[in-house]
Amino acid sequence: MDRLLNVMTVLSLLLMAAVLFSVRRSHIRVEYSVSWIGAAFILLLLSLAPGPLKWLASQLGLTDPPLALLILVLCVFLVVIYRLSVVISDLKDANIAMAQRLAIVEFELQNVNEKQ
Amino acid sequence: MILIPAFNEEGAIGEVIHEVHQVMPHVPVLVVDDASRDDTVGRAKSAGSDVLRLPHHLGLGGCVQAGYKLAYELGYDYVIRVDGDGQHDPKYIPALLDVLQKSGAHMVIGSRFYQNNGEHTSAVRHIGIWVFRFVLRPILGKTVHDPTSGFVGVNREALQVFTGSFPLEYPEIEALVVLQRKRFRFEEVPVRMRKRKAGRSSITAIKSLYYIIHVLLGVFVNILKFEGRRRKK
Repeated sequence: MDRLLNVMTVLSLLLMAAVLFSVRRSHIRVEYSVSWIGAAFILLLLSLAPGPLKWLASQLGLTDPPLALLILVLCVFLVVIYRLSVVISDLKDANIAMAQRLAIVEFELQNVNEKQ
Repeated sequence: MILIPAFNEEGAIGEVIHEVHQVMPHVPVLVVDDASRDDTVGRAKSAGSDVLRLPHHLGLGGCVQAGYKLAYELGYDYVIRVDGDGQHDPKYIPALLDVLQKSGAHMVIGSRFYQNNGEHTSAVRHIGIWVFRFVLRPILGKTVHDPTSGFVGVNREALQVFTGSFPLEYPEIEALVVLQRKRFRFEEVPVRMRKRKAGRSSITAIKSLYYIIHVLLGVFVNILKFEGRRRKK
């Protein structure tokens, strides 16, 4: 249990550092870094104070608290990935609509120029 | 308007446009170029077609929808879609247009298997079509014999719907469900398809399986969509 929590502490700190570094380099926009930093912060807290983990394991009927940690990690990242899928879908829709609009405007502009 | 979506079709597009002009001499032809890497645009312009050039590759659905949007904005009442690879014989365009104008249907499908016109296809494709027919029958309220056909005509009401909502990948089948949500009608017209004039089909066995799963999911997602509850325009 302790070894797993230590690994989780290190991974959480690494994730936070990577996200902050990417934000500083403008590889990730601030609004999309919030999900990752939030997720890393939750995991860091749980790895430093495992009381809630033991409670969660007992509520789920798990004899092994690390299993609760793994389930929690999975849930947190599923939420983050789902949120990103929504963002990507919105961006793709906007991108397609913009590309179509650009093509139509170019077409109409070309027709106007040919008539002049 | 005759709408021809095209992606890397320099080998066939010129002849397709000439054939269309022979059959429908006074009807405007619009090629929607999906960011081809070959000379599709040049060949289409040389053959006397207008060309709508997409700035980057959108896939078939985005390409066709761009053409529908332009046709709607230019005020066309009917649009017939013909593929740029030469598989759709333009001699059937008048039959599609005639049914579209006289039947009051919102969409007309050029069907290989309607009225048993002797058309044969590969076993895998035949199974796929049979599955789609089986799934679509209760949704559409009647059998669609060739749901994968891209040889279709639409009227202005359907155009308006498609400018706002059109499936992006493999659009043919999902488009039927989009129209069904509006209680629109479709009819089928028997046609015979030809072999593509140039290039190679990108459809492989794995892609066929992906196609079936993707389209079935798309159909069910479309059933779950209700216009009043849509998040986006």
